[in-house]
Amino acid sequence: MITIKDLHKSYKTGNNSLHVLKGINFNVAEGELVSIMGSSGSGKSTLLNILGMLDEADTGSYTLDGVAIKNLNEKIAARYRNKFLGFIFQSFNLINYKSALDNVALPLYYQGMKRSERMDRAEAYLEKVGLAQWMDHLPNQLSGGQKQRVAIARALASDPKVLLADEPTGALDTKTSYEVMDLIQQINDEGRTILIVTHEPDIAQMTKRIVNLKDGLIIDDTKVNQVRALQNV
Amino acid sequence: MFDLERWQEIFETISKNKLRTFLTGLSVASGIFILVILLGIGEGMKNGIEREFQGDAANAIFVYPGVTTKEYKGLNPGRRIQLKNDDFEYTSAENKSELEFKSAVFRIFGGMVTFENESGSYRVEGVYPDYQFLENSSMVSGRFLNNRDVEESTKIVVLGNRVKMDLFKDSNDVLGKYVEISGIKFKVVGVYTDPGGEREESRVFVPITTAQKVFSGGNDINSLSYTLKAKETYEEALAASNNFTSKLETYLKGKHTIAPSDNSAIYINNMLENTKRFYDLIGMIKMFFWGVGICTIIAGVVGVSNIMLIIVKERTREIGVRKALGAQPLSIIGMVLHESIFVTSFAGLTGLIMGLVLLDFVGPMIQTDFIYNPTVNFNVALSTVVILIVAGAVAGFFPAYRAARIKPIIALRDE
Repeated sequence: MITIKDLHKSYKTGNNSLHVLKGINFNVAEGELVSIMGSSGSGKSTLLNILGMLDEADTGSYTLDGVAIKNLNEKIAARYRNKFLGFIFQSFNLINYKSALDNVALPLYYQGMKRSERMDRAEAYLEKVGLAQWMDHLPNQLSGGQKQRVAIARALASDPKVLLADEPTGALDTKTSYEVMDLIQQINDEGRTILIVTHEPDIAQMTKRIVNLKDGLIIDDTKVNQVRALQNV
Repeated sequence: MFDLERWQEIFETISKNKLRTFLTGLSVASGIFILVILLGIGEGMKNGIEREFQGDAANAIFVYPGVTTKEYKGLNPGRRIQLKNDDFEYTSAENKSELEFKSAVFRIFGGMVTFENESGSYRVEGVYPDYQFLENSSMVSGRFLNNRDVEESTKIVVLGNRVKMDLFKDSNDVLGKYVEISGIKFKVVGVYTDPGGEREESRVFVPITTAQKVFSGGNDINSLSYTLKAKETYEEALAASNNFTSKLETYLKGKHTIAPSDNSAIYINNMLENTKRFYDLIGMIKMFFWGVGICTIIAGVVGVSNIMLIIVKERTREIGVRKALGAQPLSIIGMVLHESIFVTSFAGLTGLIMGLVLLDFVGPMIQTDFIYNPTVNFNVALSTVVILIVAGAVAGFFPAYRAARIKPIIALRDE
C-alpha cells in the first residue's frame, strides 16, 4: 500500500539547515495497523506530514496504492488527499460552527457529492462510531471522546485507502483513549490500513507493528502481539 | 456563483457569525447610503439652480447703460449714458435676420399703482409685445400687450400675479377694470405669471410708447433685451450669441462715444454664457459629490478588506482542516470571495434602498431655494450597484488569495 524509499527532508531555519529525515525506508501492506513511535524531534510528525501530502520530501520516492506521489501542486495534492487519505488529529480539528453531521459530510462535499447523498452517508458513519443520536450537536457540546469519534467518522467518510492518525489519544484520558483505540482496531479489523503516530507505549502495543524513529532514522521495526483495547476498558 | 452547495456553506457561516457579518455590512451600507444622499443633494442643487434660472429666457441678452470711467475724444469720464429709441430701432433693423425676440424697456421705479382703496409701489415697465417671451412670462388671464397698443399708445396695463393679489385680493373680476398708475387710469387687459417668482411678478407692463408719453420719458429707454434664433447645437448658439453681443457693444460704444476699453459704460448680460458658467459649476459640484462618495465607498471597501483579512486569520485553522480534507485552493478562494461579495452586495443594496427611501420621503419637504427635488436617477443607482459588486470582489480577493496560499500543515499548527 505504502512504499517509501530513501526519504530525506530538511528544514531551513535562518542560516541553519535542520536535517529531520535522513533516509527512511519503509513499507506498509494493506490492512496493517502500524504505530510510529519516537521522542519529540525524532521526525515522526514530519514523516506523517509527508505521508499525508501536507508536506513534500526533498529526495526519495513515495508510492501510495501504486501512484507515485511527486511534483504535487496544491490542486493535485488536495485531490489525492481527498481520494486516498483520512486524517485524525490530536486536537480533533472539527469545524466548531458545524454540527457533527455536517463535519462528517465535509470531505464528501469536496468530492462533489450531492447533499442528500452525503448526508445519508455521513449519518451512516456516525452510526458506525455510535453517535447517531448526537448528529445535530455542535462539537463544543460533545465530550473529547465523542469529538474524536466524530473525527474518525469524518476520516472514514470519503472511504480512504489509508487512515493517518497523529496522536489520536493525546488529548484524552486513559479510559476514553482505550475506547477510541477499540474503535480504531475495529476499523482495522475490517481491512483498512491505519498509521498512528504516538509516544504512548500502551497505545503502541494495541497496534500490530511498531516502528521506532530516532534522529531521523528507523532504529527498530517489529511486529507485536496486538493487545485488544476492549480488555483494558 | 450559482452553486447551491456553496450558498448553503455561505449562509451557514454567516448565520453562525452574525455580529461579525453585521459589522462588515454596516461599513458598506453606510458608505452607499452616504453616496446616495450626496448624489441626491447634488441633483437637488442642480434642480434648484436650474429653477432659479428659468426666470428669463435661457438665451436672452440684456443691455444696460452705465457711467463712463474713461476720458475719450475730449469727453470727461463720469458721463451717464442714456440709451434712446433709435438705439433699439437701429440694432433691431440691422440684425433682423438673427433676432427672434426683441424689446426696449422704459422703466419707472416706485410707480404707485392704485385700485379703489388698495395701492402699492411697483416697478412699471414700458415694453414691446415680445417682452413676454424674453421674460418667460405666461398669461394667467387676459392677454399681453400687442403691436397695436404700442402703435396707438393705448392706456392698457398687464399686471403681475403678485400685483393682482395685492390690489384685487381673491377677486377674479380683474379684466376691464381700471387701475391708476401715478394718478393716470390704465385699463387692465391681462394678468401674467413668471417662473422667476414673486420678485418678477411684482411688476406691471404698459406699452413703451404710452409709458414714454405719460411719464415724460421722451425718447429715453433704460435697457434693451434680445433673444437670437435657435441654433442646432449649444456651441453654435454660444458662438452666435457672443458674436452678436460684441457687434452690439461695438455699435453702442461708437454711437455714444465711449472708449472701446471702458467696461462700465455698457453692461451686456448674456444669459447663455451665464448658463454655461452655472452648468460648469453644477458639473463641479456633482464631481465633488461623486468624489466624496467614492472615497466613502473606498473607505468602506478597505474596512471590509480588513475585516475579511481578520476573518481569514481567524479561520486559518479551519482552512487548514478543509484543505486536509481535500479542499482545492480555488474552492477556498471561492468561499471567501463569495462571502465577501454577498455581504457587500447585500449590505450595499440595503444602504442604497435606505438612501432612496430617505430621499423620497424627506426630499419633497426641503424648503430652500438651492435644493429642489433631490433624486437619484436609475442609471446612477445602477452604477452604484456595479461599484458595489466590484468593491465586494476587490475587498474579498486579497484575503481570499492569502487564505488559499496558506499551507495546510502551517494552518493546522495554528493555535
